[in-house]
Amino acid sequence: MASSGMIATVLKQRAGELNAQWLKDLSTSNAVSAQGRITPDELEQQSRQFLQLLSAAAQVRNPADLKSPEARPLREFLEGLSRSRAQQGFSSGETASFIFSFKRPLFDALRTESGKDAALLADEVWAATELLDTLGLHTVSTFQKAREELINRQQQEMLELSTPVVKLWDGILALPMIGTLDSARTQIVMESLLQKIVDTGSEIAIIDITGVPTVDTLVAQHLLKTVTALRLMGAECIISGIRPQIAQTIVHLGVDLQGVTTKANLADALALALKRSGYKITH
Amino acid sequence: MERIPVLRMGNFLLVTIQVDMHDQLALQLQDDLTNAIERNGAKGVLIDISALEMVDSFIGRMLSDISAMGRILDCATVLVGMQPAVAITLVELGLSLPGIATALNVERGMSLLRGKLSNLDDHDANER
Repeated sequence: MASSGMIATVLKQRAGELNAQWLKDLSTSNAVSAQGRITPDELEQQSRQFLQLLSAAAQVRNPADLKSPEARPLREFLEGLSRSRAQQGFSSGETASFIFSFKRPLFDALRTESGKDAALLADEVWAATELLDTLGLHTVSTFQKAREELINRQQQEMLELSTPVVKLWDGILALPMIGTLDSARTQIVMESLLQKIVDTGSEIAIIDITGVPTVDTLVAQHLLKTVTALRLMGAECIISGIRPQIAQTIVHLGVDLQGVTTKANLADALALALKRSGYKITH
Repeated sequence: MERIPVLRMGNFLLVTIQVDMHDQLALQLQDDLTNAIERNGAKGVLIDISALEMVDSFIGRMLSDISAMGRILDCATVLVGMQPAVAITLVELGLSLPGIATALNVERGMSLLRGKLSNLDDHDANER
């Protein structure tokens, strides 16, 4: 195909010129400019590498076919690029514009090269557009895949953190909570605790919030809901592990914890629970 | 029309809700129960809702009302065997049923009622 030949020639002969123009565009364009997330050196290195690989890939008969073995280095480079962009917190649009912004320097170069032949220029521009669009779309889809992987991993971590209900004694359950409480998590925690209460016939549950970094009104509300649900089922609830700062916050927020038994640490809570169940500790 | 039976057990009344409550049934139960308390001179009511899987705000309020009516008629009410899903629903509906005594199962509910009754007896004896 003659048309791809011209792109290849332009890429090869005017590489330096194209790169300079592209970098200039990149640094002025707001959407692509890194804003501190990526250094100019890195950007230059990426653009140079992209140009080299594109130039190599453009030598083949159909450069827009990314599945061909010749395009493999280019494809892998783009995948690596969008993966790193995803981790650096770029949006998919910003990532794609990195590729699409190359259109202008390339079209300019093609125009200079084709001289006055309008038909040839149109063909060349079409071929270049097709090529760059394919590359851009591939970048976006890889970017999305990387983002999905990130989300999946985070979900996995959340599940691993999810709170286990442990049996401390006959009729006494404990729920050590770790991490921030949000609605979804509280729901799961509440359900598993209530189910365990039914399964074991336990009368006392201790919720230990030592591992909860902050308590705001929402978290306090979630805790109160759990306590109320437990009471409705006929079980008692003790909240333990309240740190001094949290006690201060709760009072400052005006959260009413009256009617809820609270203890400073788990040991005190267990002692109280044992006492209420009628156990006596002897030396 | 179907009715929820109110059984007498000594000083206590036993109500087991085995079917899904609908509004008419709930009102009928309220009526039957208050009448039974009056007729038998019952001192305690035990309501077992372990088979109840769905509640709405009306049923929640009805439970709370029955307890309040019992209190006026000098009769302690204990609600036993609430399912986790029901408890969560009631809490989400904002019905925390304050003032209602609860227990995990019938056995514990019974001992709770007996405890309440003996407390009352002691109290009366002291007053005399």
